[in-house]
Amino acid sequence: MIDTELIDYIAGLSRLELDAGERQVMTTQLEQIIAYMDVLNQLDTAGVEPMSHVFPVKNVLREDEVMPSQVRYELLAGSPAGDKEAFLVPKAVE
Amino acid sequence: MTWEIVIGLETHVELATKTKIFCACTTAFGGPPNTHCCPVCTGMPGALPVLNKKVLEFAVKAGLALNCSITQHSRFDRKNYFYPDLPKAYQISQLYLPIARDGAVSIHTGAENKTVRIHELHMEEDAGKLIHDPWLDQTRADYNRCGVPLIEIVTEPDFRTAYEVVAYLEKLKETLQYLGVSDCKMQEGSLRCDVNLSVRPMGSMELGTRTEMKNLNSFKSIVRAIDYEAKRQIELIEEGKRVIQETRRWDENKDATYAMRSKENAQDYRYFPEPDLPPVELSQNDLDELRATQPELAEAKRARYQRDYSLPLYDCQMLTSDKALAAFFERLVALGTPPKQGANWIMGEVLGALSQRAMEAKDMALTAPTLARLIALVDEGRLNRNTAVKVFEAVFDTDQDVDEYVTAHNLEQVNDSRLVLEACVKVLQAHPQSVSDYRSGKEKAFGFMVGQAMRELKGKANPQTVNAALRELLET
Repeated sequence: MIDTELIDYIAGLSRLELDAGERQVMTTQLEQIIAYMDVLNQLDTAGVEPMSHVFPVKNVLREDEVMPSQVRYELLAGSPAGDKEAFLVPKAVE
Repeated sequence: MTWEIVIGLETHVELATKTKIFCACTTAFGGPPNTHCCPVCTGMPGALPVLNKKVLEFAVKAGLALNCSITQHSRFDRKNYFYPDLPKAYQISQLYLPIARDGAVSIHTGAENKTVRIHELHMEEDAGKLIHDPWLDQTRADYNRCGVPLIEIVTEPDFRTAYEVVAYLEKLKETLQYLGVSDCKMQEGSLRCDVNLSVRPMGSMELGTRTEMKNLNSFKSIVRAIDYEAKRQIELIEEGKRVIQETRRWDENKDATYAMRSKENAQDYRYFPEPDLPPVELSQNDLDELRATQPELAEAKRARYQRDYSLPLYDCQMLTSDKALAAFFERLVALGTPPKQGANWIMGEVLGALSQRAMEAKDMALTAPTLARLIALVDEGRLNRNTAVKVFEAVFDTDQDVDEYVTAHNLEQVNDSRLVLEACVKVLQAHPQSVSDYRSGKEKAFGFMVGQAMRELKGKANPQTVNAALRELLET
Protein backbone atom coordinates (compact mmCIF):
# COMPACT_ATOMS: atom_id res chain seq x y z
CA MET A 1 0.00 0.00 0.00
CA ILE A 2 1.64 3.23 -1.17
CA ASP A 3 0.63 6.27 0.84
CA THR A 4 1.95 9.82 1.17
CA GLU A 5 3.91 8.91 4.27
CA LEU A 6 5.86 6.23 2.40
CA ILE A 7 6.43 8.59 -0.54
CA ASP A 8 7.84 11.20 1.85
CA TYR A 9 10.08 8.61 3.46
CA ILE A 10 11.50 7.42 0.12
CA ALA A 11 11.89 11.00 -1.08
CA GLY A 12 13.78 11.82 2.11
CA LEU A 13 16.17 8.90 1.63
CA SER A 14 16.77 10.03 -1.95
CA ARG A 15 17.16 13.69 -0.99
CA LEU A 16 14.25 14.69 -3.19
CA GLU A 17 11.87 17.53 -2.52
CA LEU A 18 8.43 16.85 -3.93
CA ASP A 19 5.50 19.22 -4.08
CA ALA A 20 1.93 18.06 -3.53
CA GLY A 21 1.30 17.41 -7.24
CA GLU A 22 4.48 15.37 -7.68
CA ARG A 23 3.66 13.39 -4.58
CA GLN A 24 0.31 12.43 -6.07
CA VAL A 25 1.87 11.41 -9.40
CA MET A 26 4.52 9.32 -7.59
CA THR A 27 1.94 7.60 -5.45
CA THR A 28 -0.07 6.56 -8.49
CA GLN A 29 2.99 5.45 -10.47
CA LEU A 30 4.56 3.48 -7.65
CA GLU A 31 1.25 1.76 -7.05
CA GLN A 32 1.16 0.70 -10.69
CA ILE A 33 4.72 -0.62 -10.46
CA ILE A 34 3.95 -2.63 -7.35
CA ALA A 35 0.78 -3.94 -9.01
CA TYR A 36 2.87 -5.10 -11.94
CA MET A 37 5.11 -7.03 -9.54
CA ASP A 38 1.96 -8.87 -8.47
CA VAL A 39 1.41 -9.85 -12.09
CA LEU A 40 4.97 -11.12 -12.29
CA ASN A 41 4.53 -13.01 -9.06
CA GLN A 42 1.79 -15.09 -10.67
CA LEU A 43 4.37 -16.77 -12.86
CA ASP A 44 5.74 -20.05 -11.65
CA THR A 45 9.47 -19.37 -11.30
CA ALA A 46 10.34 -22.46 -9.32
CA GLY A 47 13.55 -23.84 -10.77
CA VAL A 48 14.41 -20.59 -12.57
CA GLU A 49 17.69 -19.13 -11.40
CA PRO A 50 17.41 -15.48 -10.28
CA MET A 51 19.04 -13.13 -12.76
CA SER A 52 20.88 -10.02 -11.68
CA HIS A 53 22.53 -9.13 -14.98
CA VAL A 54 21.06 -9.11 -18.45
CA PHE A 55 24.23 -9.80 -20.42
CA PRO A 56 25.98 -13.17 -20.20
CA VAL A 57 29.21 -11.57 -19.01
CA LYS A 58 31.17 -12.65 -15.96
CA ASN A 59 34.62 -12.32 -14.39
CA VAL A 60 35.63 -8.97 -15.84
CA LEU A 61 38.81 -8.39 -13.88
CA ARG A 62 41.90 -6.21 -14.18
CA GLU A 63 45.48 -6.73 -13.05
CA ASP A 64 46.66 -4.94 -9.91
CA GLU A 65 48.81 -2.37 -11.73
CA VAL A 66 48.95 1.29 -10.76
CA MET A 67 48.09 3.85 -13.44
CA PRO A 68 48.45 7.61 -13.05
CA SER A 69 45.53 9.23 -11.25
CA GLN A 70 43.62 12.17 -12.69
CA VAL A 71 45.29 15.58 -12.42
CA ARG A 72 43.70 17.20 -9.40
CA TYR A 73 42.57 20.50 -10.88
CA GLU A 74 40.82 18.63 -13.67
CA LEU A 75 39.12 16.39 -11.15
CA LEU A 76 37.95 19.33 -9.06
CA ALA A 77 36.96 21.45 -12.07
CA GLY A 78 33.46 20.05 -12.32
CA SER A 79 32.55 20.33 -8.66
CA PRO A 80 30.06 23.00 -7.60
CA ALA A 81 32.31 24.07 -4.74
CA GLY A 82 35.93 23.39 -4.02
CA ASP A 83 39.24 24.91 -3.12
CA LYS A 84 42.46 23.93 -4.85
CA GLU A 85 42.75 20.70 -2.87
CA ALA A 86 39.38 19.35 -1.91
CA PHE A 87 35.71 19.14 -2.74
CA LEU A 88 33.71 21.38 -0.45
CA VAL A 89 30.35 20.15 0.79
CA PRO A 90 27.80 21.52 3.22
CA LYS A 91 28.81 20.95 6.80
CA ALA A 92 28.69 17.25 7.58
CA VAL A 93 29.95 16.19 10.96
CA GLU A 94 29.34 13.10 12.97
CA MET B 1 21.50 -11.27 39.20
CA THR B 2 24.47 -12.39 37.16
CA TRP B 3 24.60 -11.17 33.60
CA GLU B 4 26.14 -12.65 30.54
CA ILE B 5 27.73 -10.41 27.93
CA VAL B 6 27.16 -11.39 24.30
CA ILE B 7 29.40 -9.90 21.64
CA GLY B 8 29.67 -10.17 17.88
CA LEU B 9 32.29 -8.40 15.77
CA GLU B 10 32.40 -6.74 12.40
CA THR B 11 35.98 -6.22 11.35
CA HIS B 12 37.04 -4.16 8.35
CA VAL B 13 40.42 -5.02 6.93
CA GLU B 14 42.20 -3.04 4.23
CA LEU B 15 43.71 -5.32 1.64
CA ALA B 16 47.38 -4.87 0.75
CA THR B 17 46.86 -4.37 -2.97
CA LYS B 18 48.75 -1.79 -5.01
CA THR B 19 45.61 -0.32 -6.55
CA LYS B 20 42.06 0.42 -5.47
CA ILE B 21 39.28 -2.13 -5.76
CA PHE B 22 37.61 -0.75 -8.91
CA CYS B 23 40.21 1.54 -10.52
CA ALA B 24 43.98 1.75 -11.05
CA CYS B 25 44.63 4.59 -8.56
CA THR B 26 47.30 3.83 -5.97
CA THR B 27 46.37 2.75 -2.44
CA ALA B 28 49.52 4.37 -0.99
CA PHE B 29 48.83 5.84 2.45
CA GLY B 30 48.78 9.65 2.74
CA GLY B 31 49.48 11.95 -0.20
CA PRO B 32 48.03 15.46 -0.71
CA PRO B 33 44.19 15.46 -0.74
CA ASN B 34 42.55 14.09 -3.88
CA THR B 35 45.78 13.17 -5.67
CA HIS B 36 45.07 9.40 -5.65
CA CYS B 37 41.76 9.81 -7.44
CA CYS B 38 40.15 9.38 -10.83
CA PRO B 39 36.63 9.57 -12.31
CA VAL B 40 35.81 6.06 -11.03
CA CYS B 41 36.67 6.58 -7.35
CA THR B 42 35.14 10.07 -7.26
CA GLY B 43 31.90 8.81 -8.77
CA MET B 44 31.90 10.83 -11.97
CA PRO B 45 28.90 10.14 -14.21
CA GLY B 46 29.60 7.45 -16.79
CA ALA B 47 32.69 6.04 -15.10
CA LEU B 48 32.66 2.26 -14.88
CA PRO B 49 34.25 0.14 -12.13
CA VAL B 50 36.37 -2.92 -12.99
CA LEU B 51 37.22 -5.38 -10.23
CA ASN B 52 40.86 -5.77 -9.20
CA LYS B 53 41.84 -9.44 -9.62
CA LYS B 54 44.06 -9.30 -6.54
CA VAL B 55 41.13 -8.22 -4.34
CA LEU B 56 39.18 -11.31 -5.32
CA GLU B 57 42.23 -13.51 -4.77
CA PHE B 58 42.96 -11.99 -1.33
CA ALA B 59 39.33 -12.24 -0.24
CA VAL B 60 39.19 -15.92 -1.23
CA LYS B 61 42.49 -16.66 0.49
CA ALA B 62 41.22 -14.98 3.67
CA GLY B 63 37.96 -16.92 3.42
CA LEU B 64 39.79 -20.22 3.02
CA ALA B 65 42.09 -19.47 5.96
CA LEU B 66 39.04 -18.72 8.13
CA ASN B 67 37.56 -22.09 7.13
CA CYS B 68 34.69 -20.54 5.21
CA SER B 69 32.87 -22.04 2.30
CA ILE B 70 33.59 -19.94 -0.77
CA THR B 71 30.67 -18.67 -2.83
CA GLN B 72 31.47 -19.85 -6.33
CA HIS B 73 28.84 -17.60 -7.87
CA SER B 74 29.25 -14.23 -6.18
CA ARG B 75 28.29 -10.66 -7.04
CA PHE B 76 28.26 -7.10 -5.77
CA ASP B 77 25.39 -5.00 -4.44
CA ARG B 78 24.75 -1.29 -4.01
CA LYS B 79 24.33 0.05 -0.52
CA ASN B 80 22.66 3.40 -0.92
CA TYR B 81 23.22 6.29 1.44
CA PHE B 82 23.84 9.98 1.18
CA TYR B 83 26.90 11.03 3.06
CA PRO B 84 29.69 13.02 1.42
CA ASP B 85 32.41 10.48 2.29
CA LEU B 86 30.94 8.45 -0.59
CA PRO B 87 30.82 10.54 -3.75
CA LYS B 88 28.62 8.05 -5.65
CA ALA B 89 25.97 8.19 -2.89
CA TYR B 90 26.31 4.44 -2.64
CA GLN B 91 28.95 1.98 -1.54
CA ILE B 92 29.66 -1.06 -3.66
CA SER B 93 29.50 -3.97 -1.24
CA GLN B 94 28.15 -7.52 -1.09
CA LEU B 95 24.91 -8.35 0.67
CA TYR B 96 23.17 -11.27 -1.03
CA LEU B 97 26.07 -13.38 -2.21
CA PRO B 98 29.16 -12.57 -0.12
CA ILE B 99 32.35 -14.21 -1.34
CA ALA B 100 32.69 -16.42 1.77
CA ARG B 101 30.36 -17.74 4.47
CA ASP B 102 30.10 -20.08 7.44
CA GLY B 103 33.66 -20.14 8.72
CA ALA B 104 35.22 -20.92 12.07
CA VAL B 105 38.24 -19.67 13.97
CA SER B 106 39.63 -21.38 17.04
CA ILE B 107 41.03 -19.12 19.73
CA HIS B 108 42.91 -19.84 22.94
CA THR B 109 41.99 -17.96 26.06
CA GLY B 110 44.07 -19.18 28.95
CA ALA B 111 43.69 -22.92 29.22
CA GLU B 112 40.57 -23.12 27.10
CA ASN B 113 40.05 -23.42 23.38
CA LYS B 114 36.99 -21.89 21.83
CA THR B 115 35.56 -21.79 18.34
CA VAL B 116 34.22 -18.51 17.00
CA ARG B 117 31.89 -18.89 14.05
CA ILE B 118 32.32 -16.59 11.06
CA HIS B 119 28.98 -15.55 9.63
CA GLU B 120 30.38 -14.12 6.40
CA LEU B 121 33.23 -12.35 4.69
CA HIS B 122 32.55 -9.87 1.91
CA MET B 123 34.39 -7.43 -0.34
CA GLU B 124 33.65 -3.72 -0.43
CA GLU B 125 35.17 -0.30 -1.02
CA ASP B 126 36.40 2.11 1.65
CA ALA B 127 35.00 5.65 1.95
CA GLY B 128 36.81 8.99 1.77
CA LYS B 129 37.88 11.28 4.57
CA LEU B 130 35.90 14.33 5.65
CA ILE B 131 37.67 17.25 7.24
CA HIS B 132 35.48 19.82 8.90
CA ASP B 133 36.59 23.42 8.48
CA PRO B 134 35.44 25.39 11.53
CA TRP B 135 36.03 28.74 9.78
CA LEU B 136 34.17 28.03 6.59
CA ASP B 137 31.45 26.01 8.28
CA GLN B 138 31.97 23.64 5.42
CA THR B 139 33.37 20.17 5.07
CA ARG B 140 36.31 19.31 2.83
CA ALA B 141 36.21 15.91 1.17
CA ASP B 142 39.42 13.99 0.43
CA TYR B 143 38.81 10.87 -1.66
CA ASN B 144 42.33 9.37 -1.56
CA ARG B 145 41.06 6.46 0.59
CA CYS B 146 37.81 6.17 -1.32
CA GLY B 147 37.82 2.89 -3.22
CA VAL B 148 40.58 1.25 -1.20
CA PRO B 149 39.65 -2.44 -1.03
CA LEU B 150 38.25 -3.83 2.20
CA ILE B 151 37.05 -7.15 3.40
CA GLU B 152 34.49 -7.12 6.17
CA ILE B 153 34.49 -10.17 8.40
CA VAL B 154 31.35 -10.69 10.46
CA THR B 155 31.27 -13.16 13.35
CA GLU B 156 28.31 -14.78 15.03
CA PRO B 157 27.60 -13.45 18.56
CA ASP B 158 30.00 -15.99 20.07
CA PHE B 159 32.14 -13.86 22.41
CA ARG B 160 31.44 -13.66 26.12
CA THR B 161 34.38 -11.57 27.37
CA ALA B 162 36.63 -8.79 26.13
CA TYR B 163 39.57 -11.20 26.33
CA GLU B 164 37.96 -13.57 23.86
CA VAL B 165 37.48 -10.60 21.53
CA VAL B 166 41.15 -9.65 21.78
CA ALA B 167 42.27 -13.27 21.32
CA TYR B 168 40.17 -13.48 18.15
CA LEU B 169 41.51 -10.20 16.78
CA GLU B 170 45.10 -11.30 17.49
CA LYS B 171 44.42 -14.54 15.66
CA LEU B 172 42.75 -12.74 12.77
CA LYS B 173 45.63 -10.29 12.48
CA GLU B 174 48.21 -13.09 12.58
CA THR B 175 46.33 -15.09 9.94
CA LEU B 176 45.87 -12.17 7.54
CA GLN B 177 49.48 -11.05 7.97
CA TYR B 178 50.74 -14.58 7.25
CA LEU B 179 48.56 -14.71 4.15
CA GLY B 180 50.04 -11.36 3.10
CA VAL B 181 46.57 -9.98 2.37
CA SER B 182 46.78 -7.08 4.85
CA ASP B 183 49.30 -5.42 7.12
CA CYS B 184 46.55 -5.06 9.77
CA LYS B 185 47.90 -1.89 11.32
CA MET B 186 45.23 -0.70 13.70
CA GLN B 187 46.87 2.69 14.24
CA GLU B 188 46.77 3.35 10.48
CA GLY B 189 43.21 2.11 10.24
CA SER B 190 43.93 -0.95 8.13
CA LEU B 191 42.14 -3.07 10.75
CA ARG B 192 38.99 -1.53 12.22
CA CYS B 193 36.49 -3.12 14.47
CA ASP B 194 32.83 -2.54 15.33
CA VAL B 195 31.56 -4.27 18.44
CA ASN B 196 27.93 -5.44 18.74
CA LEU B 197 27.11 -6.01 22.37
CA SER B 198 24.10 -7.06 24.41
CA VAL B 199 23.56 -8.49 27.87
CA ARG B 200 21.20 -11.18 29.17
CA PRO B 201 20.60 -12.97 32.44
CA MET B 202 23.08 -15.82 32.83
CA GLY B 203 21.57 -19.01 31.49
CA SER B 204 19.10 -17.28 29.19
CA MET B 205 19.17 -18.33 25.56
CA GLU B 206 17.47 -15.21 24.23
CA LEU B 207 19.54 -12.34 22.91
CA GLY B 208 19.08 -8.92 24.49
CA THR B 209 18.85 -5.64 22.57
CA ARG B 210 22.26 -4.82 21.19
CA THR B 211 24.17 -1.65 20.53
CA GLU B 212 26.92 -1.22 17.99
CA MET B 213 30.12 0.56 18.99
CA LYS B 214 32.33 2.24 16.43
CA ASN B 215 35.63 4.08 16.48
CA LEU B 216 37.61 1.46 18.35
CA ASN B 217 41.17 1.73 17.14
CA SER B 218 43.25 -0.23 19.61
CA PHE B 219 42.94 -3.47 21.57
CA LYS B 220 43.06 -1.36 24.71
CA SER B 221 40.11 0.79 23.72
CA ILE B 222 38.15 -2.31 22.66
CA VAL B 223 38.58 -3.83 26.13
CA ARG B 224 37.63 -0.58 27.85
CA ALA B 225 34.66 0.09 25.59
CA ILE B 226 33.29 -3.42 26.18
CA ASP B 227 33.63 -3.02 29.95
CA TYR B 228 31.94 0.35 29.85
CA GLU B 229 29.09 -0.60 27.53
CA ALA B 230 28.28 -3.86 29.35
CA LYS B 231 28.09 -1.98 32.63
CA ARG B 232 25.92 0.74 31.10
CA GLN B 233 23.43 -1.79 29.72
CA ILE B 234 23.27 -3.80 32.95
CA GLU B 235 22.63 -0.64 34.96
CA LEU B 236 19.86 0.43 32.58
CA ILE B 237 18.09 -2.90 32.88
CA GLU B 238 18.51 -3.08 36.64
CA GLU B 239 16.94 0.37 36.89
CA GLY B 240 13.98 -0.99 34.95
CA LYS B 241 14.86 0.89 31.76
CA ARG B 242 15.32 -0.40 28.25
CA VAL B 243 18.40 -0.67 26.09
CA ILE B 244 17.82 1.13 22.81
CA GLN B 245 19.19 -0.43 19.64
CA GLU B 246 21.54 2.23 18.35
CA THR B 247 25.03 3.00 17.14
CA ARG B 248 27.32 4.41 19.79
CA ARG B 249 30.68 6.00 19.42
CA TRP B 250 33.56 5.33 21.79
CA ASP B 251 35.20 8.47 23.11
CA GLU B 252 38.80 7.63 23.92
CA ASN B 253 39.32 10.77 26.03
CA LYS B 254 36.17 10.52 28.10
CA ASP B 255 36.29 6.72 28.47
CA ALA B 256 32.64 6.49 27.58
CA THR B 257 30.35 5.60 24.67
CA TYR B 258 27.71 8.00 23.46
CA ALA B 259 24.84 7.63 21.04
CA MET B 260 25.30 8.95 17.54
CA ARG B 261 22.52 11.14 16.23
CA SER B 262 19.40 9.22 15.34
CA LYS B 263 19.62 10.43 11.74
CA GLU B 264 22.81 8.46 11.31
CA ASN B 265 21.01 5.51 12.81
CA ALA B 266 18.44 5.49 10.06
CA GLN B 267 19.51 2.34 8.27
CA ASP B 268 17.60 1.85 5.10
CA TYR B 269 20.21 1.16 2.51
CA ARG B 270 17.87 -0.13 -0.20
CA TYR B 271 20.42 -2.65 -1.45
CA PHE B 272 20.12 -3.90 -5.00
CA PRO B 273 22.42 -5.86 -7.33
CA GLU B 274 25.22 -3.66 -8.69
CA PRO B 275 24.48 -3.33 -12.41
CA ASP B 276 27.92 -1.97 -13.32
CA LEU B 277 29.79 -5.09 -12.26
CA PRO B 278 29.19 -8.50 -13.80
CA PRO B 279 29.04 -11.49 -11.45
CA VAL B 280 32.14 -13.35 -10.36
CA GLU B 281 32.33 -17.05 -10.96
CA LEU B 282 35.01 -19.26 -9.49
CA SER B 283 35.49 -22.75 -10.82
CA GLN B 284 36.54 -25.64 -8.63
CA ASN B 285 39.84 -25.41 -10.44
CA ASP B 286 40.29 -21.74 -9.46
CA LEU B 287 39.63 -22.64 -5.85
CA ASP B 288 42.01 -25.60 -5.92
CA GLU B 289 44.73 -23.38 -7.33
CA LEU B 290 44.23 -20.75 -4.66
CA ARG B 291 44.11 -23.39 -1.97
CA ALA B 292 47.41 -24.80 -3.21
CA THR B 293 49.13 -21.44 -2.79
CA GLN B 294 47.96 -20.95 0.81
CA PRO B 295 51.04 -20.49 2.98
CA GLU B 296 51.62 -22.40 6.19
CA LEU B 297 49.97 -20.35 8.94
CA ALA B 298 51.41 -19.49 12.33
CA GLU B 299 49.49 -22.14 14.22
CA ALA B 300 50.67 -24.90 11.88
CA LYS B 301 54.23 -23.61 12.17
CA ARG B 302 54.08 -23.66 15.96
CA ALA B 303 52.91 -27.26 15.92
CA ARG B 304 55.60 -28.22 13.41
CA TYR B 305 58.41 -26.52 15.36
CA GLN B 306 57.32 -28.33 18.52
CA ARG B 307 57.10 -31.64 16.74
CA ASP B 308 60.09 -31.53 14.37
CA TYR B 309 62.52 -29.37 16.31
CA SER B 310 61.42 -30.26 19.86
CA LEU B 311 61.27 -26.58 20.73
CA PRO B 312 59.33 -25.42 23.79
CA LEU B 313 55.93 -23.81 23.08
CA TYR B 314 57.24 -20.45 24.28
CA ASP B 315 60.03 -20.49 21.68
CA CYS B 316 57.55 -21.44 18.96
CA GLN B 317 55.27 -18.58 19.90
CA MET B 318 58.13 -16.09 19.84
CA LEU B 319 59.46 -17.34 16.50
CA THR B 320 56.05 -17.25 14.81
CA SER B 321 55.01 -13.89 16.27
CA ASP B 322 56.16 -12.38 13.00
CA LYS B 323 56.08 -14.01 9.58
CA ALA B 324 59.48 -12.60 8.55
CA LEU B 325 61.03 -13.82 11.78
CA ALA B 326 59.67 -17.33 11.28
CA ALA B 327 61.02 -17.32 7.72
CA PHE B 328 64.42 -16.22 9.04
CA PHE B 329 64.41 -19.05 11.57
CA GLU B 330 63.51 -21.60 8.91
CA ARG B 331 66.35 -20.38 6.70
CA LEU B 332 68.76 -20.77 9.62
CA VAL B 333 67.66 -24.34 10.22
CA ALA B 334 67.87 -25.11 6.50
CA LEU B 335 71.45 -23.87 6.59
CA GLY B 336 72.27 -26.44 9.23
CA THR B 337 71.94 -24.41 12.42
CA PRO B 338 70.73 -26.55 15.33
CA PRO B 339 67.09 -25.37 15.89
CA LYS B 340 67.41 -24.62 19.60
CA GLN B 341 70.57 -22.58 19.03
CA GLY B 342 68.93 -20.70 16.18
CA ALA B 343 65.88 -20.04 18.36
CA ASN B 344 68.04 -18.74 21.21
CA TRP B 345 69.93 -16.35 18.97
CA ILE B 346 66.70 -15.06 17.43
CA MET B 347 64.85 -14.65 20.72
CA GLY B 348 67.87 -13.08 22.41
CA GLU B 349 70.16 -11.17 20.09
CA VAL B 350 67.96 -10.67 17.02
CA LEU B 351 64.81 -9.54 18.85
CA GLY B 352 66.97 -7.42 21.17
CA ALA B 353 68.67 -5.67 18.28
CA LEU B 354 65.33 -5.13 16.51
CA SER B 355 63.60 -3.63 19.51
CA GLN B 356 66.61 -1.44 20.24
CA ARG B 357 66.29 -0.03 16.73
CA ALA B 358 62.46 -0.01 16.75
CA MET B 359 62.65 -2.10 13.57
CA GLU B 360 60.55 -4.88 12.11
CA ALA B 361 62.05 -8.22 11.16
CA LYS B 362 61.11 -7.79 7.51
CA ASP B 363 63.34 -4.67 7.28
CA MET B 364 66.37 -6.33 8.85
CA ALA B 365 69.65 -6.20 6.87
CA LEU B 366 71.11 -9.26 8.59
CA THR B 367 70.59 -12.39 6.51
CA ALA B 368 70.21 -15.96 7.70
CA PRO B 369 73.49 -17.18 6.10
CA THR B 370 75.45 -14.58 8.10
CA LEU B 371 73.93 -15.57 11.41
CA ALA B 372 74.20 -19.25 10.52
CA ARG B 373 77.91 -18.78 9.87
CA LEU B 374 78.36 -16.92 13.17
CA ILE B 375 76.63 -19.69 15.09
CA ALA B 376 78.75 -22.28 13.26
CA LEU B 377 81.94 -20.46 14.26
CA VAL B 378 80.91 -20.73 17.91
CA ASP B 379 80.05 -24.39 17.41
CA GLU B 380 83.40 -25.10 15.82
CA GLY B 381 85.12 -23.48 18.78
CA ARG B 382 86.58 -20.71 16.69
CA LEU B 383 84.71 -17.91 18.45
CA ASN B 384 83.61 -17.82 22.05
CA ARG B 385 79.99 -16.89 22.77
CA ASN B 386 80.84 -13.44 24.18
CA THR B 387 82.95 -12.47 21.20
CA ALA B 388 80.27 -13.81 18.88
CA VAL B 389 77.71 -11.47 20.44
CA LYS B 390 80.06 -8.57 19.76
CA VAL B 391 80.51 -9.70 16.17
CA PHE B 392 76.71 -9.98 15.88
CA GLU B 393 76.28 -6.38 17.01
CA ALA B 394 78.93 -5.28 14.52
CA VAL B 395 77.43 -7.01 11.48
CA PHE B 396 73.70 -6.66 12.31
CA ASP B 397 73.14 -3.43 10.39
CA THR B 398 75.38 -4.24 7.44
CA ASP B 399 75.24 -8.02 7.06
CA GLN B 400 79.03 -7.93 6.71
CA ASP B 401 80.87 -11.19 6.07
CA VAL B 402 81.47 -12.74 9.47
CA ASP B 403 84.74 -14.49 8.57
CA GLU B 404 86.18 -11.30 7.17
CA TYR B 405 85.17 -9.35 10.24
CA VAL B 406 86.66 -11.92 12.60
CA THR B 407 89.93 -12.00 10.67
CA ALA B 408 90.15 -8.23 10.28
CA HIS B 409 89.68 -7.74 14.02
CA ASN B 410 91.74 -10.76 14.98
CA LEU B 411 88.95 -12.18 17.10
CA GLU B 412 89.39 -15.87 16.48
CA GLN B 413 89.34 -17.93 19.61
CA VAL B 414 92.72 -18.98 20.96
CA ASN B 415 92.53 -22.73 20.98
CA ASP B 416 96.28 -23.22 21.03
CA SER B 417 96.70 -24.94 24.40
CA ARG B 418 100.33 -23.84 24.58
CA LEU B 419 99.27 -20.15 24.37
CA VAL B 420 96.57 -20.68 26.94
CA LEU B 421 98.97 -22.45 29.25
CA GLU B 422 101.56 -19.67 28.90
CA ALA B 423 98.96 -17.05 29.76
CA CYS B 424 97.83 -19.01 32.81
CA VAL B 425 101.37 -19.47 34.07
CA LYS B 426 101.89 -15.74 33.69
CA VAL B 427 98.76 -15.02 35.76
CA LEU B 428 99.80 -17.39 38.53
CA GLN B 429 103.21 -15.77 38.72
CA ALA B 430 101.75 -12.26 38.80
CA HIS B 431 99.20 -13.05 41.53
CA PRO B 432 100.76 -15.24 44.22
CA GLN B 433 98.22 -13.95 46.74
CA SER B 434 95.32 -15.28 44.69
CA VAL B 435 97.06 -18.61 44.34
CA SER B 436 97.40 -18.99 48.08
CA ASP B 437 93.83 -17.72 48.60
CA TYR B 438 92.60 -20.40 46.21
CA ARG B 439 94.63 -23.08 47.90
CA SER B 440 93.19 -22.08 51.26
CA GLY B 441 89.70 -22.69 49.80
CA LYS B 442 88.59 -19.34 48.45
CA GLU B 443 86.84 -20.27 45.20
CA LYS B 444 86.37 -16.58 44.44
CA ALA B 445 90.08 -16.24 43.79
CA PHE B 446 89.74 -18.76 40.98
CA GLY B 447 87.22 -16.62 39.10
CA PHE B 448 89.58 -13.69 39.38
CA MET B 449 92.43 -15.65 37.86
CA VAL B 450 90.21 -16.89 34.99
CA GLY B 451 89.33 -13.27 34.31
CA GLN B 452 92.97 -12.26 34.29
CA ALA B 453 93.90 -15.09 31.95
CA MET B 454 91.03 -14.19 29.57
CA ARG B 455 92.27 -10.62 29.63
CA GLU B 456 95.78 -11.81 28.86
CA LEU B 457 94.29 -13.65 25.86
CA LYS B 458 92.27 -10.57 24.82
CA GLY B 459 88.99 -12.34 25.57
CA LYS B 460 89.41 -14.70 22.66
CA ALA B 461 90.04 -17.91 24.53
CA ASN B 462 87.50 -20.57 25.17
CA PRO B 463 86.65 -20.06 28.87
CA GLN B 464 86.43 -23.82 29.41
CA THR B 465 89.98 -24.34 28.11
CA VAL B 466 91.22 -21.59 30.42
CA ASN B 467 89.35 -23.10 33.36
CA ALA B 468 90.84 -26.50 32.73
CA ALA B 469 94.37 -25.18 32.26
CA LEU B 470 94.25 -23.14 35.49
CA ARG B 471 92.82 -25.99 37.52
CA GLU B 472 95.52 -28.29 36.26
CA LEU B 473 98.28 -25.82 37.14
CA LEU B 474 96.84 -25.13 40.57
CA GLU B 475 96.20 -28.76 41.47
CA THR B 476 99.73 -29.88 40.68
